[in-house]
Amino acid sequence: MRAFRYPDASYRPPWPKGTVCGALLNYAGDLETLAPRMRSAPYLAPPRAPVLYLKPRNTWIGPGDAVLLPSSAAGVCAGATLGVVIGQPCVRVPERDAAEFVAGLCVINDLTLPHAEVFRPAIKERCRDGFCPIGPCVEVADRKGLGAAHVMRTYIDGELRAEWSTRQCVRSIARLLADVTDFMTLHAGDILMIGTPRDMPLARAGERVAVEVDGIGRIENPIVAEEAA
Amino acid sequence: MKRARVAYAGTIQGCTEHPGGVRLDDGRVVAESAVVWLPPVETGTIFAVGLNYADHAKELASARPQEPLIFLKGASTLAGHCARTRRPSGVEFMHYECELAVVIGRAGQNVSRAHALSHVAGYTVANDYAIRDYLENYYRPNLRVKNRDGCTLLGPWLVDAADVPDPQCLELSTAVNGKITQRGNTRDMIFGVTELIEYLSSFMTLGPGDVILTGTPQGVVNVNAGDEVVTEIEGIGRLVGSIVDDAAYGIAPAT
Repeated sequence: MRAFRYPDASYRPPWPKGTVCGALLNYAGDLETLAPRMRSAPYLAPPRAPVLYLKPRNTWIGPGDAVLLPSSAAGVCAGATLGVVIGQPCVRVPERDAAEFVAGLCVINDLTLPHAEVFRPAIKERCRDGFCPIGPCVEVADRKGLGAAHVMRTYIDGELRAEWSTRQCVRSIARLLADVTDFMTLHAGDILMIGTPRDMPLARAGERVAVEVDGIGRIENPIVAEEAA
Repeated sequence: MKRARVAYAGTIQGCTEHPGGVRLDDGRVVAESAVVWLPPVETGTIFAVGLNYADHAKELASARPQEPLIFLKGASTLAGHCARTRRPSGVEFMHYECELAVVIGRAGQNVSRAHALSHVAGYTVANDYAIRDYLENYYRPNLRVKNRDGCTLLGPWLVDAADVPDPQCLELSTAVNGKITQRGNTRDMIFGVTELIEYLSSFMTLGPGDVILTGTPQGVVNVNAGDEVVTEIEGIGRLVGSIVDDAAYGIAPAT
């Protein structure tokens, strides 16, 4: 088992080359669940623009690399998501043209320590070393491939613990790409993640977590207690 | 020692200060105005700290944070000295933020405050623009406010850490069209440079080229297309930017 620590030279998967950006609250069920709270402090109103966050380079790992769990945490939330790998510069991309700008899709396990509030950026919870296992990338040929229903599954020790589909997204891949590139350029090799439901299964030290997307791929990583690594 | 990165006559080069302007690494000496200034470092992860001066936190009607309020930026938001930053039509409040930027030179994890400065390569000036109209209360401050193309200026120079013995006693100021609008001193940071490095490296590994924008003091005012904004830090540099409208980016005005 490898327990790479960034910036080990052998640490990175083939993707990404640049920025990895994810969308929060892009699962329709979460907006419904949170709706009663979204009118009161600290949120005051439901979100209008996509809620985004970044997974920096220290989080990127490949298949089989160990994810280190700090002793302060009971476990890590595992979330299968779809990464949209950008093929060419995206500036104010119209929704209907999105497929022309996408190089491929990949499976990503967007890991985070549990946190209840979404008011402040959860850097300490989401951006720990190794908290973004990135799996294989598959080319998508056309608009149909981009718009297809992609089913994402999370397994812990081989048991299916969560499943959702791009059909349940608030914003489709194409819509998300349009809304994000309205104000920030995405470059070839950047990855845009479509999000995960907030209710994610908890993986504990000693367990193996796998995420997969039909037709795209699968990536599995062991969760290891930090002091044991 | 101060170093910058510039484009000149079809090449990208490092350069140093020179009485005749700047001295390119290939030996040519050219006027400062003859080069295109790039961010002075090739950046890794870009951290920013919100509400890190008590007076600014009060200005934004926010409570003083209990631990550093960190958010991240992507590379597409960066621009260099003399950048022209777009103000979208129809927004009410776009403001600059003069910040001391700390550039990490050596990887580190679980770095103690006592050793933190040994991980610093140097310092530069940042102007971290924000468009407050787009502020929403989810993962605030959100990327639409803080990670817009060309909205984070760095430069002109990377000043060696050895030449800045104490990063916590530097005067900061911003002038809009020649009039001073913002003043502060890095001594008033709630979380200083060493605390920020200790905090971040306690849960993630810092790498060479990572940059920490350490926050801004009070005195942020609205800026409009045509304004020149100069953010300056004593001993570090004088970073010039200007504001342009949608037309400069080929965008038709909102109707």
